[in-house]
Amino acid sequence: MILPWLILIPFIGGLLCWLAGYMGHALPRYVALVTMGLVTVLSFWLWATGDFQLGAVGAVPAWTHEFQVGWIERFGITFHLAIDGLSLVMIILSGLLGILAVGCSWSEVTDRIGLFHLNLMWIIGGVMGVFLAIDLFLFFFFWEVMLVPMFLLVALWGHHSDEGGSPAKAAIKFFIYTQASGLLMLLSILGLAFAHYYQTGVFTFDYQALLDSPIGGTLGMVLMLGFFIAFAVKLPVVPLHGWLPGTHAQAPTAGSVDLAGILLKTAAYGMLRFALPLFPEQSALFAPVAMALGLIGIYYGAVLAFPQTDIKRLVACSSISHMGFVLIAIYSGSTLALQGAVVLMVAHAFSAAGLFIISGQLYERLHTRDMRQMGGLFGRTGALPGFALVFVMASLGIPGTGNFIGEFLVLFGAFEESPWVVVIASGGLVLAAVYSLVLMLRVYYGAPKSKTALPGLGVRETSMLALLVVALLITGFFPQLVLNLSLQSMTEVTQWFLNPSLLQ
Amino acid sequence: MNLTLTHLFALLPLIIVGITVVVVMLSVACRRNHFLNATLSGCGLILALLSVFWVQCSDHGSQLPTLVSPMVAVDSYSLFYIGLILVAALACIVFAYAYFDRLKVHREEFYLLLLCSTLGAMVLVSAVHMASLFIGLELMSVPLYGMAAYIFKRQQSLEAGIKYLVLSAVASSFLLFGMALLFAAYGELGFAELGLKLVSVDYLDTWTIIGVGMMVIGLAFKLSVAPFHMWTSDVYEGAPAPVSAFLATVSKVAVFAVLVRFFILAPTFSVKLHTVIAVLAVLSMLTGNLLALRSHNIKRLLGYSSIAHLGYLLTAVVVLRSGVSDGAGELSESGQLVLEATGVYLVGYVLTSLGTFGVVALATHADSANRDTSELRGLAQRRPVLAVCMAFMLLSLAGIPLTAGFIGKFYVLALTVNGELWWLAASVIVGSAIGLYYYLRTIVELFLPTDDATVTAANGRGQALGALVVVIAAALTLWIGIFPEPIITMVNSALPVGL
Repeated sequence: MILPWLILIPFIGGLLCWLAGYMGHALPRYVALVTMGLVTVLSFWLWATGDFQLGAVGAVPAWTHEFQVGWIERFGITFHLAIDGLSLVMIILSGLLGILAVGCSWSEVTDRIGLFHLNLMWIIGGVMGVFLAIDLFLFFFFWEVMLVPMFLLVALWGHHSDEGGSPAKAAIKFFIYTQASGLLMLLSILGLAFAHYYQTGVFTFDYQALLDSPIGGTLGMVLMLGFFIAFAVKLPVVPLHGWLPGTHAQAPTAGSVDLAGILLKTAAYGMLRFALPLFPEQSALFAPVAMALGLIGIYYGAVLAFPQTDIKRLVACSSISHMGFVLIAIYSGSTLALQGAVVLMVAHAFSAAGLFIISGQLYERLHTRDMRQMGGLFGRTGALPGFALVFVMASLGIPGTGNFIGEFLVLFGAFEESPWVVVIASGGLVLAAVYSLVLMLRVYYGAPKSKTALPGLGVRETSMLALLVVALLITGFFPQLVLNLSLQSMTEVTQWFLNPSLLQ
Repeated sequence: MNLTLTHLFALLPLIIVGITVVVVMLSVACRRNHFLNATLSGCGLILALLSVFWVQCSDHGSQLPTLVSPMVAVDSYSLFYIGLILVAALACIVFAYAYFDRLKVHREEFYLLLLCSTLGAMVLVSAVHMASLFIGLELMSVPLYGMAAYIFKRQQSLEAGIKYLVLSAVASSFLLFGMALLFAAYGELGFAELGLKLVSVDYLDTWTIIGVGMMVIGLAFKLSVAPFHMWTSDVYEGAPAPVSAFLATVSKVAVFAVLVRFFILAPTFSVKLHTVIAVLAVLSMLTGNLLALRSHNIKRLLGYSSIAHLGYLLTAVVVLRSGVSDGAGELSESGQLVLEATGVYLVGYVLTSLGTFGVVALATHADSANRDTSELRGLAQRRPVLAVCMAFMLLSLAGIPLTAGFIGKFYVLALTVNGELWWLAASVIVGSAIGLYYYLRTIVELFLPTDDATVTAANGRGQALGALVVVIAAALTLWIGIFPEPIITMVNSALPVGL
């Protein structure tokens, strides 16, 4: 019974925020904070009490908790939620970043505060649904539901870019990309359900049932591509990344934090949970293409990041590069690499969130995101550059941070099967160092543009950044915490990937 | 044949609306009072709606389907669509009251026209014969000319009326010619009789295909399916907003319902014909959405979007190629899917169209000529409830989950997957992606701050009631979006005669 509450609390909290918006300016913020706190506490409680190292690895996925009620009987659609280690990692992450998203908009957002927090809460609610749903219709439902508040967040509270683009345009682009690819996924889901129906005479969208009747041949390949494209847009994989830099650059800080920290991860989660297990044979066939796309992403993202002048655009493009590693890991078919991908996802969520929050704080002080107008900020803004250095180092994968563990495991795990891919991908690490250090150099070092000191970090800002640094170090020094949680789910994925025949 | 009490009972909804027409006419003759006549019309429609439930649920209901004459069949299919039409007409009356209340024209006759047109739509969905199809269609269309041109002092409105008159007449002549060709070939005018003849021949001659084709063209004009959509945007824009709402809902539902019934009773398994319909569907989806991209007038935009939506819906007719029965006289799986898709999609479409046009009718000046989307700018500040409803309705038109529009789109995609019509599926997706752009643009407009202080919130009975109707429509859209099961069950029980 606890699973639906993980989804309901943000939705109800969002409505309360909206109502609170009519009563006072500060009230919605506190309501939102309490809501996110509740969700986080609940997810940690799940971690503490649940057993996520389920023993036997077989063809049947093992869930720690399950919840199922009937919904649309005509098509055998049920409201089916379940949680295992992978989902739990993602849910804890969403809760933590949700708190940060509320925190970082504390002084940034000043108008329509209630409505803003409604959208923020509903994004989290939708994301929770995505991570918990194991009925394909329900999954798609939440997949789309989380888009609408994200769209409104960017469109209504976004910043105008320096090139004169309006936030509404960026938001619409984001929405069209994801919605059109989402419809492709819906088509694939329908294809899967109808194929199952003609095989067995039963309409169902249930993950477990569909897992048991894999589809072979060309049809399976086409359906798999439908899923892959939907996830590839969100991850993003290179030819489909067009929405990302603009949306990030123009989103409010909280939007960027959610987008980079959680929404990108829904795509990787979708691949791990659905695209691979549902189409094991086709995925194995498709793996070389996916890995090549991952390689392109690593390099293209890095090259794209380097010349950016907008600090948020730079961070956004670096996400493309990082997600390239995740994509390679997902299609490598090695448990170790998959485990690395999970750690990398968690660590990247923290480091990217940190960089976006710092960009937001710089914007509040300087009213620009243009790096050409920054420079020499070390010493002018209190502890801020120090924190920035930590996140930049994390982003380039310095040992001691989770990013290092993640990238190391990915490369180490994938080496056995596809050594050349790993060799080429390793080159991307050098480029990561280049653009990360360039960011540091342009913004914080060099000749100061002005002598006046800018306001230092407040208590709220310091505690947010400190929380992120601690989280990064914990994933860096105790990655076993995450690895233990996700081991069982990742082993399952590898099993399906390597032995699709196990299922028949 | 004899007309027995059972027949009259089955016709009760039509009779009640007919009586209402007479009562309102007399009342207008006695005393010109806007509120009184609007209320009378509304009460008549409510009574008719109640009688629909009565006919459906009473003991006599077990005798359904009733073939009242060779021309009119009252079955659960027609009752379902009559109910939908009555709800839409009722909402239009409320919007019309709010809209005309601010105008100084003769307002009372409008309700007379609206009732007549509704009656025509009700005949149309019960038609099982070419003659009743034609009578119903004309009874529905002729009052619409007057309604579209009702504010004849405004040139745009007059132009809209005349445009609709001319093109509608052309469409009717196409329809008549098609019927004549079919009659010449088979000597039958009843749908079912024609169907028997069509099934017995194993090769359709060219004249039959041309005949059915011309009928489809005639009906496509009324449905404003591309490339017969030219009139839509001008008429929607020029006509008073409640009339646009009526056009978008009542007339579309009635014509589509009869089109589906015709293809069920008289299935033409001609691949050629259904390829033509598939092409029409694809054209409508793309043309409607592309034209809407460039239009900044909210009524034009909604008009274009309705073209696209009819395109999505035409998928159902394409799938009808394989028939709806499985050979043993039972409903086949794909046939059931077609009927469900049509019903569920139309319900969602009617609710959202009523909502959007309702907001336009309530929130904009009745006498201003141009209705840019910018006029809706900042609606969230002036009238937050209407703005939220409007945004939600636009999301439903875009087919986002949590709305009835999504369930409809889900059905359409299910149809294409089940029928393996991949080109149609692709164009549904492309169409939706294009469509998103202008729906989202409009939503953003609603929430943008405005400094236009001249537009003040209008007050009054009509406005409050109109807002209530919009809110109810939005609530139903949400309800169906989350719990579609009841509406699916309802549509499932609404089977047409002959199955």
